[in-house]
Amino acid sequence: MPIVEAIIISVIAASTPLLLAAAGELVVERSGVLNLGVEGMMIMGAACGFAGAYLSGSTFVGALCGIAAGMALSFVFAVLTLGLAVNQVAAGLALTILGVGLSGLIGAGFVGQKITPAPHLYIPGLSDIPVVGKMLFAQDGFVYFSVVLVIGIWWFLYRTRGGLILRAVGDSHTSAHALGYPVLKIRLMAVLFGGGCAGLAGAFLPLAYTPFFIPGMTAGRGWIALALVVFSSWLPGRLVAGAYLFGAVSILQLHAQALGLGIPSQLMTSLPYLATVIVLVLISRGRGSTGSVAPASLGVVFVPDR
Amino acid sequence: MKRLLMTAAAAALALAATAFNASAADKLKVGFIYLGPVGDLGWTYMHEVARQALVKELGDKIETTYLENVNEGPDSERSIVQLARTGHQLIFTTSFGYMDPTVKVAKQFPKIKFEHATGYKRAPNLGTYSGRFYEGRYIQGVIAAKMSKTGTLGYIASFPIPEVISGINATMLGAQSVNPNIKVKIIWVNTWFDPGKEADAAKALADQGADVLMQHTDSPAAMQVAQQRGIYAFGQDSDMIKFGPKSQLTAIVNNWGPYYIKQTKAVLAGTWKSEDTWDGLKEKMVVMAPFTNMPDDVKKLAEKTEAGIVDGSIVPFKCPVLGQDGKPIECKGGTHLDAGQILGMNFYVKGVDDKFPSK
Amino acid sequence: MPLVLEKRAERSAFIAIASPVLAIALTLVTMSILLLALGKNPLMALYVYFVEPLTDPYSLMEIAVKASPLVMIAIGLSLCYLANVWNIGAEGQFIMGAVTGSYLAVVTNGSDVGHWLVIVMLIMGAIGGALWALIPAICRVRFGANEILTSLMLVYVADLIMDYLVRGPWRDPKGLNFPTTASFDPSATVPVILDGGRLHAGVIVTLAVVAVAAVMLGRTIKGFEIRVVGAAPRAARFAGFKSDRLVIFTFLISGALSGLAGIIEVAGPVGVLQPGISPGYGFTAIIVAFLGRLNPIGILIAGLFLALTFIGGEGAQISMKIPLDLTKVFQGVLLFYVLACDSLILYRIRLIGAQSKTA
Repeated sequence: MPIVEAIIISVIAASTPLLLAAAGELVVERSGVLNLGVEGMMIMGAACGFAGAYLSGSTFVGALCGIAAGMALSFVFAVLTLGLAVNQVAAGLALTILGVGLSGLIGAGFVGQKITPAPHLYIPGLSDIPVVGKMLFAQDGFVYFSVVLVIGIWWFLYRTRGGLILRAVGDSHTSAHALGYPVLKIRLMAVLFGGGCAGLAGAFLPLAYTPFFIPGMTAGRGWIALALVVFSSWLPGRLVAGAYLFGAVSILQLHAQALGLGIPSQLMTSLPYLATVIVLVLISRGRGSTGSVAPASLGVVFVPDR
Repeated sequence: MKRLLMTAAAAALALAATAFNASAADKLKVGFIYLGPVGDLGWTYMHEVARQALVKELGDKIETTYLENVNEGPDSERSIVQLARTGHQLIFTTSFGYMDPTVKVAKQFPKIKFEHATGYKRAPNLGTYSGRFYEGRYIQGVIAAKMSKTGTLGYIASFPIPEVISGINATMLGAQSVNPNIKVKIIWVNTWFDPGKEADAAKALADQGADVLMQHTDSPAAMQVAQQRGIYAFGQDSDMIKFGPKSQLTAIVNNWGPYYIKQTKAVLAGTWKSEDTWDGLKEKMVVMAPFTNMPDDVKKLAEKTEAGIVDGSIVPFKCPVLGQDGKPIECKGGTHLDAGQILGMNFYVKGVDDKFPSK
Repeated sequence: MPLVLEKRAERSAFIAIASPVLAIALTLVTMSILLLALGKNPLMALYVYFVEPLTDPYSLMEIAVKASPLVMIAIGLSLCYLANVWNIGAEGQFIMGAVTGSYLAVVTNGSDVGHWLVIVMLIMGAIGGALWALIPAICRVRFGANEILTSLMLVYVADLIMDYLVRGPWRDPKGLNFPTTASFDPSATVPVILDGGRLHAGVIVTLAVVAVAAVMLGRTIKGFEIRVVGAAPRAARFAGFKSDRLVIFTFLISGALSGLAGIIEVAGPVGVLQPGISPGYGFTAIIVAFLGRLNPIGILIAGLFLALTFIGGEGAQISMKIPLDLTKVFQGVLLFYVLACDSLILYRIRLIGAQSKTA
C-alpha cells in the first residue's frame, strides 16, 4: 500500500471518534447548552457498546447500546440543567466523574474479552476506483456515518425550520420563549442528540478502532472533541476541518518519528495541540476582534417565567 | 422516632466496627498500591493477577487489600500511610514513582515491611524488587530478526526511562546476533496507556515497512493491528495470544506471583529481610509465553536462547557492548555490563537508528 | 412538564441550610440502595466515607492537604468565571507553576542556601503560572481566539514540557536516569507545621488567599468591576470598565494562583518534580469553584467537602474493599444532588396538574 494512502486511512480512523462526539456537542451548544461531560458519555458509550456487542455478537447492536448509554447519561444532565436549572459547567464535570465510575463498574466483567471488529464496508463501484476508492470507500460504517451525520447537521441547522428555531433558542432563549417556542423541550432534544453522538463516538473505539475494552480507553478524546467545537466556531464545515487537522497531525507526528528525524518526542506529541491553537489564532485573527461567535445564550441557565 | 433511629444507627455502627476489628486481628494483612486500574490488562493487571495467586496460596493466613489508580504525585504517600495505619504488615508499592513516598513512610513505620517495585532506594524495612525484562527482550530480538522479511522491526516505546531503553538495546543485540544489518524504527507515544494511539503507532510502523512489532506500552492494541495486517508482534506484560492468534510470536509475561508468595511467607515466618531482588527468566519472575506462529527452526533457536540465558551461557549485555557511535561502552561488570549500567541505561547500542531521547 | 421552577422572591435562610442537608440525605439513600445491592453494609460504608475521616487527626490533616490546592486554584478560577472568562486550563498553569518554581530547587540542589529559597520559589511558581495563563488571555484579547480551546490545549503542552525537563536536563544525576529531579533540599521545601502528618505552610497561604479574595470581591472596586463585566457587559462598558484588561487581569490572577498551588504541591507534599504531580487538580477545581457558588467561603467549604470524599473513598477501598469506580459513582451522584438541591435556594419547585398545560 502506498504510504500516502495508508496515512490517509489512519487519519480518517483517528479523526472519526473526535468528529462524531464533536458533531453532537456542536448541536448541543448551538441550542445554548454547554455540556462538558463528553468524556464521561464517551467512556460510557465505550463500555456499554462493547458489552452490547460482546453479548449479542453484533457490532450494530453494540453501537445502539453505546448510543443509548450516552443518551441515558445526557438525560441525567438534562434533568439537572434544564429541569432544575443547575449550573451547566459543574453538572457536566460531575457527569464525567459519574461516567468514568459507571463505565468501570459495567466494563469490569468485559476486560480481556475480544470481539470481531466492525467490518469494512466496500461500496460496489466506488471502492474499486483506483487510489481514492480504497482510501475513501473501504471504511467501516462509523466513518460513513460520521460524514452523513455532519452533512445532516449542516442541513438541519441551515436548511430547516427546526434548525432555525434551535439556533434562535441558542442565541436568545428569552426571545425564543417570547415567540412561543418551547425552549427547554428543544434543548432537551439537543442534549439527548449530543449524548447519543458522544456514546456512539465512544462505542467506535472498542467496536472498530481497537476491538477490546479497557477502563479509561477514551484517554481524553472527549476533551479534544469539546475543544474542536470551539475551534469550529460552531460551524459544521469547520468542525470537519478541525477534527481532520487534529487527526492528521497526530498521525503524521508518529510517521515523522518512525522516520527517525531526531526531534524530541515530547515536542512531536504536543504538535496536534499546538497546531489547533495556532490555526485557531490565525483564523480568528482574520475575523477581526468583533467579539465572540459563540451562541449568545451558551451556558446560561434558562427558567421560563410564566 | 428520631432518637430510636439514631440509637439503632449507632448500634449498627458499633457492631460493624467491632466485626471489622475482629476479622483483622489474627490474619496477616498485606497491602498493594497500584498505579492503574486493576483492569488495565497491562502492568497493574499483572500485579493484581499475582495478588490473586497470593490469596489462593495463603488465603487462610492472610488478608489482602489494594488501592488502585493511585497517582504518583501528592496522593501516594497518604495512600501508603493509610494502609500502614490500618494494620497492614507488608505493603507492596508497585510503580517506580512511589519510591520517595515509600521511603518516607517506611521511616515512619519501622515495624512494617515494605516492598517497592522497580526502584533502588532501600531501608532495613524496605526491600526492592524488579524483573530482568531485558532477558525476554533479547529472545524477542532473536526471533524478530529471524521472522522479519523486510529486515525492519517496529518498536512502540512509552517513555524514555532506563527500562524501556534497555529493552530496545537488548532487542537490538538479540536481533543483531542473527542479522547484523537489522533495522529498528522507534515511535515514542509518551503514554503507557492509550489504546487508540498505540494502534496508530503500530499502523504507522507497519506502513513504513516494519513487519515485526514490539511494544513497551500496556494494551493489546498493537497486537490487534499486527493481526489485521498479517504481520507479527510480541505481547507485553501478559500473554496476548487471544488478541493475535496468528500474530503473536511470544510475549514477556510479568510473573510476580511467586515472589509475592515467597515474601509473604517470609513475613509470616519472621524471616523477612530487606533485599534487592532482580530476577529474570531463571527465577521465573519473567516468563516467556509459548513460542507460536514460527517455523520449527526459529522455535528451536528461541528455546536455545532462553535456555542459554537461564544457564548463563548467553548474557545479553556481554562486553564489548558498542554504543551508537561504535565505540565500546565502559565494561563495569568485568565480562558484562553491571547492574547499575543496565538499571540506569542511558545510551543506545550500535545500529539503533534513532536520536537518543533524553541527553 | 409536571414540574415547574419558580424564582424565589428572596433567598430563604432555611432553605440555604436545608439544601445541603437534603442533598446529603438523598445521596445516603442512593448509596445505601447501591451498597445493599452489592451486598455491603450501607451503614458502615457511610460511616467509613463521611465520618471516619473526621475522627482522627491524621485524616483531618490529609483533608486539609488535599483541599488546599483545590481551593487555591478554584479561587482564581472563580474570578475568571465571574467575569465570564472561560479558563479551563488551570491544570496546565498548575504544572507550569510547579516547573518554573522548581527551577531554583534543581539548580541549587545540594547547596543549602537558606530558607529564603522556598519563598522565592513560590513567587517564581506564581509568575510561571501567570505567564502560562497569559498566552490564552492574549490570544483572546489580541486575536479573538476562544480561550476555552487555547487554555485546554496548553494543558497538554505544559505536561509535555515538564516531561521533557524531568527526563532530560533536570533529571536527578544520581537517580539512575529515572524521570525525576533530585529530592528537594530542606531549604527548598515548604515546611510542615504540625508533627505526625503532612500539614504544611501552604495550607495557611491558601487560607490567606481565601480571605483576600473574600475582601476583594466584596469590598473593592476591582471586585465590583469583575462582577459587573461578567453579569452585564454592556453596562460595564458604559461604566468605563475595559473588558480586555479584565480578561488579562483574571487570567493572570488565576494563573498565578494555579501556579502557586503547583509549586506548593511540588515543594510540599511531593518533594520532587516528576510526571504525575497533579491528580487532575486543575479540572477538579472547576467543580469546586461552581460547587462553592463562585464565592470564596463557599469554595473553601466545597474544597474541604470534596477532599473528604476522596479520603473517605480511599478508606472504603481499604476497609470494605469497595472498588474505586463505585466511589467515583458516589462522587458523581453526590455532586448532582448538591447541585440540584442548590437550585432550591434560588427557585421553588411547583407541581402543576395536567389541566394547566403551560410547559
